[in-house]
Amino acid sequence: MNRGILFLLQILVAVIVLVVWHIASTTTLIGNPKTISFFFAEPLAVGARIVDWFADGSIWYHLGITLTEAALAFVIGSLGGVIIGFWFARKPLLAAVFDPYVKAANALPRVVLAPIFALWLGLGIWSKVALGVTLVFFIVFFNVYQGVKEVSPAVLSNARMLGMNGRQLLRHVYMPSALSWMFSSLHTSVGFAVVGAVVGEYLGSAAGLGYLIHEAESVFDVTGVFAGMFVLTFFVILVDWLVTLVENRLLVWRPKSAASF
Amino acid sequence: MTELKIETASRADAVELQGIAIAFPVANGATYEAVGTTQLSVRDREFVAIVGPTGCGKSTLLNATAGLLKPARGQIKIFGKTHSGINGHAGYLFQQDSLMPWKTSLDNVAIGLEVAGVSRREALECARLWLERVGLSAFCDRYPHMLSGGQRKRVGLAQVLIRDPKIILMDEPFGPLDAQTRLIMGDLLLDLWSADRKAVMFVTHDLDEAIGLADRVVIMSAGPSSRIIGDYTIPLARPRNMADIKSEPQFHEVHREIWNALKEEVLKGYRQTEKTS
Repeated sequence: MNRGILFLLQILVAVIVLVVWHIASTTTLIGNPKTISFFFAEPLAVGARIVDWFADGSIWYHLGITLTEAALAFVIGSLGGVIIGFWFARKPLLAAVFDPYVKAANALPRVVLAPIFALWLGLGIWSKVALGVTLVFFIVFFNVYQGVKEVSPAVLSNARMLGMNGRQLLRHVYMPSALSWMFSSLHTSVGFAVVGAVVGEYLGSAAGLGYLIHEAESVFDVTGVFAGMFVLTFFVILVDWLVTLVENRLLVWRPKSAASF
Repeated sequence: MTELKIETASRADAVELQGIAIAFPVANGATYEAVGTTQLSVRDREFVAIVGPTGCGKSTLLNATAGLLKPARGQIKIFGKTHSGINGHAGYLFQQDSLMPWKTSLDNVAIGLEVAGVSRREALECARLWLERVGLSAFCDRYPHMLSGGQRKRVGLAQVLIRDPKIILMDEPFGPLDAQTRLIMGDLLLDLWSADRKAVMFVTHDLDEAIGLADRVVIMSAGPSSRIIGDYTIPLARPRNMADIKSEPQFHEVHREIWNALKEEVLKGYRQTEKTS
């Protein structure tokens, strides 16, 4: 299909949803507009709120906090995942001993850790970073572990025949293989870093988008909740787009069919 | 076998497998002997093809020579010296795709020199030369997945040869390719080998290919405990052409002789795989 037409159709979906939403919340056509706007807010009011936030600049502070938390969670979680993943994959005994504990830790719904992190690390950004790290770490860890384990035996034998020693194998074979697995899960791990930050803020904080949404909700300010959701969605899409750019750059050697969405 | 030993004992052979046997552990503690006690010598600059039915341990023999596998019995001498561990004199062209998918053709070829301590600039220069020799100078910056099967084999060949190994091991390298590409690759291999002769151990199940390429064709029996049951010198003159050589009467004579010995083993091997599957 023509790309222009496709784009127009995609815009059309948004327009229809907004128009229906607007009609439902401001006219008597569907039901009592007061009730509907109480539960669903009004699109124009939501838009006005977002414009307000950006006009007075107050949103940048909260956005900055949330994105900082997510970025820290991503970096620390990834680093930990790469190091531990590598270490376990190269030391099978270690992996076997810790296997049940890794599985147990991964099975635990991480949200229940949020109160403990708040207790340990306070209500500042670090309790949110810690929550994000527990989410990102396991994704990266499992992927790196898999990546090192699943190096093709033929590639490995070939590299050894080409005269590589242990360190060179690590650099030219294990590392690229593990990192390619890690990069292919980049969307998921970045997404989880944001989830960790927002959920952490939601459960107890004094700043950030999660805090903003929670504050609005606690005074039945549905307009504020929706406005916060839209801002969050927009920036997550933006981050995801940046990840795609990075991914295309780093995984240029991969066949296109393996590219993720 | 004894005559062979007397004939070659005078100078150090490139590869000498002395009473090699190779076994693998299988389920419930038993072992499966893939290759029974085997003698094989490959002289320097000699092209030996190893032919045998499916699953007769041809690749196992190569892996042992490469040092990727440790034989259960016997010893391996490389240029007269007993050898264990990775065989540094050998280059190995594998049957499966074994290029590093995250490196371009150029980097894949250059890596063998780089890990040996050659400067990157020099290694890349040399790699470019080798890619040109295998006819891929326009494909330096391609990643393996962007190349056809035949092109990947060419890169593999350059990757092995750039290290200037004294012994080249090839495990059905052209197996996955189509018939025409195989002929072209065979000619390319002959060209490169004639220019700078090395000892070659070339495993294949294609008797035509073996006779076309080799100075000597060695036949292995069906497994388990397979061993060498025939050793034929190929009297065809060089330089050869893989397509033309098949129309020479001498080719047919040799082919008939070897095939008569091989036929029984192929059938035996076929029955073996039927039984196990």
